[in-house]
Amino acid sequence: MNTADNVVEMRSISKGFNGVSVLKDVSFDVRKGEVHALAGGNGAGKSTLMKILQGVYQADAGEILIGGKPAAINSIQDAKAAGIGMVFQEFSLVPSLTVAQNIFLAAEPLGRGGLIDDRTAVKRAREVFSEMEVDVDPRAEVSRLGTAYWQLTEIAKALAQNAQVLIMDEPTASLARHESEALFELIDRLKQRGISIIYISHRMDEVYRLADRITILRDGRHLLTAPLTDVTPEQIVEGIVGKKIEGQLSYRARDRVDHDGAPLLEVRGLNAGNRVRDVSFTLRPGEILGLAGLMGSGRTELARALFGIDQLDSGDVLLRGKKVNLASPQQAINAGVALIPEDRRAQGLVLEHSVQDNLLLPLLGQIQRGPLLDGAKGKALSASLIKRFAVKVAHPNRPVRLLSGGNQQKVVIAKWLGTDPDILILDEPTAGVDIGTKSEILDMIRELASAGKAVIVISSEYPELLAVSDRVLVLKDGSIIRDIPRSEIADEEYLQLAVQGV
Amino acid sequence: MSKSNTIAPRDTAARNFGTVLKELDWRRYVIYIGFVVVFIFFAILLRDQGFLSPNNLLNIFRQTATITVIAVGMTYVIACAEIDLSVGSVAGLSSVCTAMALSQFGLVPGILAGLAVGLVVGSINGALVSLLGIPSFLVTLGMLGIAVGVAQWITASAPQPILNDTFNTLFGSGNFGPVPGLVVWSAIFVAIGAVVLNRTRFGRQVLATGGNRNAADFTGINTKRIKFQVLLISAMAASVAGMLYAGRLQSGRFQWGSGDELSAIAAVILGGTSLFGGFGSIIGTLFGALLIGLINNGLILAGLDSSQQQVVRGAIIILAVAMARKK
Ligand SMILES: Nc1ncnc2c1ncn2[C@@H]1O[C@H](COP(=O)(O)OP(=O)(O)OP(=O)(O)O)[C@@H](O)[C@H]1O
Ligand SMILES: [Mg+2]
Repeated sequence: MNTADNVVEMRSISKGFNGVSVLKDVSFDVRKGEVHALAGGNGAGKSTLMKILQGVYQADAGEILIGGKPAAINSIQDAKAAGIGMVFQEFSLVPSLTVAQNIFLAAEPLGRGGLIDDRTAVKRAREVFSEMEVDVDPRAEVSRLGTAYWQLTEIAKALAQNAQVLIMDEPTASLARHESEALFELIDRLKQRGISIIYISHRMDEVYRLADRITILRDGRHLLTAPLTDVTPEQIVEGIVGKKIEGQLSYRARDRVDHDGAPLLEVRGLNAGNRVRDVSFTLRPGEILGLAGLMGSGRTELARALFGIDQLDSGDVLLRGKKVNLASPQQAINAGVALIPEDRRAQGLVLEHSVQDNLLLPLLGQIQRGPLLDGAKGKALSASLIKRFAVKVAHPNRPVRLLSGGNQQKVVIAKWLGTDPDILILDEPTAGVDIGTKSEILDMIRELASAGKAVIVISSEYPELLAVSDRVLVLKDGSIIRDIPRSEIADEEYLQLAVQGV
Repeated sequence: MSKSNTIAPRDTAARNFGTVLKELDWRRYVIYIGFVVVFIFFAILLRDQGFLSPNNLLNIFRQTATITVIAVGMTYVIACAEIDLSVGSVAGLSSVCTAMALSQFGLVPGILAGLAVGLVVGSINGALVSLLGIPSFLVTLGMLGIAVGVAQWITASAPQPILNDTFNTLFGSGNFGPVPGLVVWSAIFVAIGAVVLNRTRFGRQVLATGGNRNAADFTGINTKRIKFQVLLISAMAASVAGMLYAGRLQSGRFQWGSGDELSAIAAVILGGTSLFGGFGSIIGTLFGALLIGLINNGLILAGLDSSQQQVVRGAIIILAVAMARKK
């Protein structure tokens, strides 16, 4: 192929924020109809590179060519006009408007007298969806739809604007497995129609399933671009992490679990809302319990109930044999329970506050001196957490919003582990973290358990669940349908069938 | 991404009637139900006091007209996730400026003076909020004091009589055929307000900015301009309301409109516009204003004095906010 086939070419892009260089001389190109994976560790600069392509940021140096011709992309509108569409997950939909209204936002079809013709919008939205071969009601209000539909709406929005290149930044991070599979099929169809896709993901299986070529960034530099047929998964991991990682996703039996000892946590006949139904289980010190199930199976709701966010309708929770009342997160924290929530931006962080303030929020009791907070102690404590969890941050006083996605997740985890809980519940702990960090987090979970704590891990990634769990509970419609010791789970497929209730 | 015909809501588990009811967005319809209930209540309770007489019913419309006009502008502001506390004082200042310019220079300059008040105050509010990023709550709270202070100052607290009959007929005292002028004014505002909010790009962009400012920005909407414009619209509507006060009461006075910001906000919220932005219903606002007028009227007929009326009105505002609350 010659360069004329490149729909997008970014040449020698450099970019810094406040003097900190984030991208250094990075080149990147996309061919017509290809899926190009963009990989790299947390903070490597993937999202920043894509935001430059989209006109959100302007590069300090370098040039962008669209269809072989130099293009000035100084705003989102410029990028749109150049046929570049973005599938964000957080920003670009207005929840209070309908699907069709969102798709044509600021480009509404106008009818008589210059008034908006919503009927035509609905009709055209239907056409876009039928080309995508998916079924979405254009008149539904977006706030009432699940994540998968948000994404389809985003994609439809880009396609309705004639996007030739679609950027997807970790699109499966909040999708259930079958939803991801539907997305992959959609990507295949889009590819056949000549649409190019830039695909950012930390999940290796997805990259192999979808991508034609891969580009790896490390610390803001371009490391390699190659067809996937030419690189092995090990080479990719090594490229991303910068060192060899072995056996990170294999299960290591730990003999620490005392199966006859007294349970740390005992849950009896728990009912909460309509997503937790008659749940009973026990958790022993040193044990890692995996919760598997489809989206909506009640895993998150169970975690919320145990952490005192959702009220219990009936049932008992016993900690070390004593009945406890977990009516609020405060009580749960005092009882030694910690929850690392699934949606870090909404539930785990105060985005505008500094990294340090976020880290110290649950630890204020530890740094108190009399009625006042001890600033120096707080600083030292947060510095030690940042170091222990290798959070990549320019300065602890910068707002957490400026961290890359994976580093935000590290802050959430660090924040809660600082409280030294007895029972730790992690809801999708590795969503959005890179492979290196993922193995660090999994190691941390194992370490905690070995130190006699009990851990509950919720994850939609089966390899990860199998790598750490000593026991897996399978939930369906809010009830436990299987309770399987790790030793009885032969492989991923076995677990997948169990989850589907076969 | 299922292949079902209707879109599956987030909850795919079996849902009973209770959850269906819960998901129904009753917040948006509660105003109509409330309106009918209160109406029937007063109709029965106050039938001997002449509540249902055509004259009294027209009176309700007439008395709510200014609030309706203000509330139509306020709907834009609130749907855009901002607030405008200065509207009542703007109405007062506009009535005063109109009256003074009328007596000095005549009809057209009088009307222009009133509109100029809205233009100036709205532009200042809008610029401070959108360019400097000061919360509209603070900007308009300050403006509330400034506008009423200026109005009191330039008139030395004295009422400014308006002797121009054309003005008085046009703005509030007269009828258009059989219909009171005030009713026509509020009908015009409601009609234009509803069409613009629901059927124009501008209206859609107001809702988008209020619903998710980031998303609106990323879609290429100039959200700063939208914020500026809604505050301008609100002040302009308030200045027209001030002229309606002036025409109805045939004078300009700094007190006209004082406290109207609360009634207008209550009307908007009662009407189903979200205090958090993103939703707006002008027709709902109309009914919200009418409901407040209905209650005021009923309380007067029932013989409550003005202090008691204030208590009840305050309770309505709390009720309105309680109903607008997200679960
Ligand atoms: N607006 C900003 N101001 C200052 N620094 C920023 C800003 N945006 C990004 N950064 C920094 O630039 C670096 C690269 O961030 P970027 O979001 O591009 O990483 P990423 O490769 O997408 O990582 P992840 O996989 O975690 O999402 C990070 O160190 C981040 O803190
Ligand atoms: Mg990123």
